[in-house]
Amino acid sequence: MSTKIKEVLFKPVFDENPIVLQILGICSALAVTSSLKVSVVMCIALTLVTAFSSMLISIIRKQIPGSIRIIVQMTIIASVVILVDQILKAVAYDISKQLSVFVGLIITNCIVMGRAEAYAMKNPPIASFLDGIGNGLGYSVILLILAFIRELFGAGKLFGFEIFAVVNNGGWYVPNGLLLLPPSAFFLIGLLIWALRSWKKDQVEAPDFKISPNSSEGEAV
Amino acid sequence: MASNDSTSKTIIVALALCIVCSVIVSTAAVMLRPAQQANKDLDRKTNILAAAGMLQEGVGVEEQFSSISTRAVDMATGKFTDVVDVATYDQRKAGKNPAMSDDLGDADLAKIGRRAKYMLVYVVEGDSGLDKVILPIKGYGLWSTLYGFVALESDLNTVAGLGFYDHAETPGLGGEVDNPAWKAKWIGKKSYDAKNKQALTVIKGSVDSSRPEAVHQIDGLSGATLTSKGVDNLIKFWMGEDGFAPFLANLGAGEA
Repeated sequence: MSTKIKEVLFKPVFDENPIVLQILGICSALAVTSSLKVSVVMCIALTLVTAFSSMLISIIRKQIPGSIRIIVQMTIIASVVILVDQILKAVAYDISKQLSVFVGLIITNCIVMGRAEAYAMKNPPIASFLDGIGNGLGYSVILLILAFIRELFGAGKLFGFEIFAVVNNGGWYVPNGLLLLPPSAFFLIGLLIWALRSWKKDQVEAPDFKISPNSSEGEAV
Repeated sequence: MASNDSTSKTIIVALALCIVCSVIVSTAAVMLRPAQQANKDLDRKTNILAAAGMLQEGVGVEEQFSSISTRAVDMATGKFTDVVDVATYDQRKAGKNPAMSDDLGDADLAKIGRRAKYMLVYVVEGDSGLDKVILPIKGYGLWSTLYGFVALESDLNTVAGLGFYDHAETPGLGGEVDNPAWKAKWIGKKSYDAKNKQALTVIKGSVDSSRPEAVHQIDGLSGATLTSKGVDNLIKFWMGEDGFAPFLANLGAGEA
């Protein structure tokens, strides 16, 4: 694998992660991560949508009039999303029921639009496809970490299999109900951002303004 | 690329894109419809079997469902009817259609607004005639409408099972309506008392099994008072006079 491909594929995982650096795609990261199984399907769906829509947009990028480019992107993304949704309903009905509106909402996921506008409009199809996969991976890593923590400590399970025997079923573990509610993902994402920026200091944003030191006696009057 | 921004180019690109995308999307929708419909059917049947406590691992759902016949009940008379085609009738849709449903007004215990004129029930035939009857139930909990089924034994009084297949209650609290341990508490409870009045109820806290009314009572879910209240209301409604009580009386008397 050449370094260029590697960079396109893996840079979005830690260096330019769509969720924890660009803070995109938070909505679905909050909503679907209470169970690992659903999260995995969501990750696959989003990765495929991002990859294929980026590729398709890139193929026709030289024909797209600038004045309607966002609408053209949205139309392509929406078509790919509907395809994924229809296929899920046909082959994985249970999971599509749990994902419910969130597959449809991939259309509005900022990651897909963001990559289309920022990358696919300026780069050739293969590179755009890989960029889509890479960003999908970055999204997936965060989703899976969240889902792992939330399902394990919120329900005592992983992929639906019992890991900790919970009190309700006669076990010892009192599940943390908060972890099953969407706000807990906010706290977890916050902690992840903190951890990542302590590790990779260059991701820390420059402050918008500086608080000046206390005014001296002469200035205060 | 100034030529791209000309009016004619813009219109051509927009039109071509719309045609291509709509052809792809509609082809997919049409091609996948049979598989989706089959999945939906299978899901509904699985839910019905699970509610009746009849779902067996490893045996095909279709095969298990073969002993069950679907019938439509006219809610006004409490009798079977052939007015609607059971294969295509959608009672969720009918429940919203003013022409196909009745406004419940003050009788609306389960907070569902309207009740479909015809409801689909599932009759399980055993070797010696009627074995179980499975009734659809729905009602409002804390956040959402709970949709489920309750199954009654052949005496049309003893609960054989209860389950919800669609709700959006808080996971871990109200969502515990899906907990198998809680659902098991329903089995064997009596829906009607000695005077044939609806008596099945979800109470707050735990049932004192030494008391005579314990046979009609279910433990409330701890931490989910409002969901428990909702389940209590919907059971009272569907088992009551505005629900399936007239139908069950007819069925018991052999007049349905």
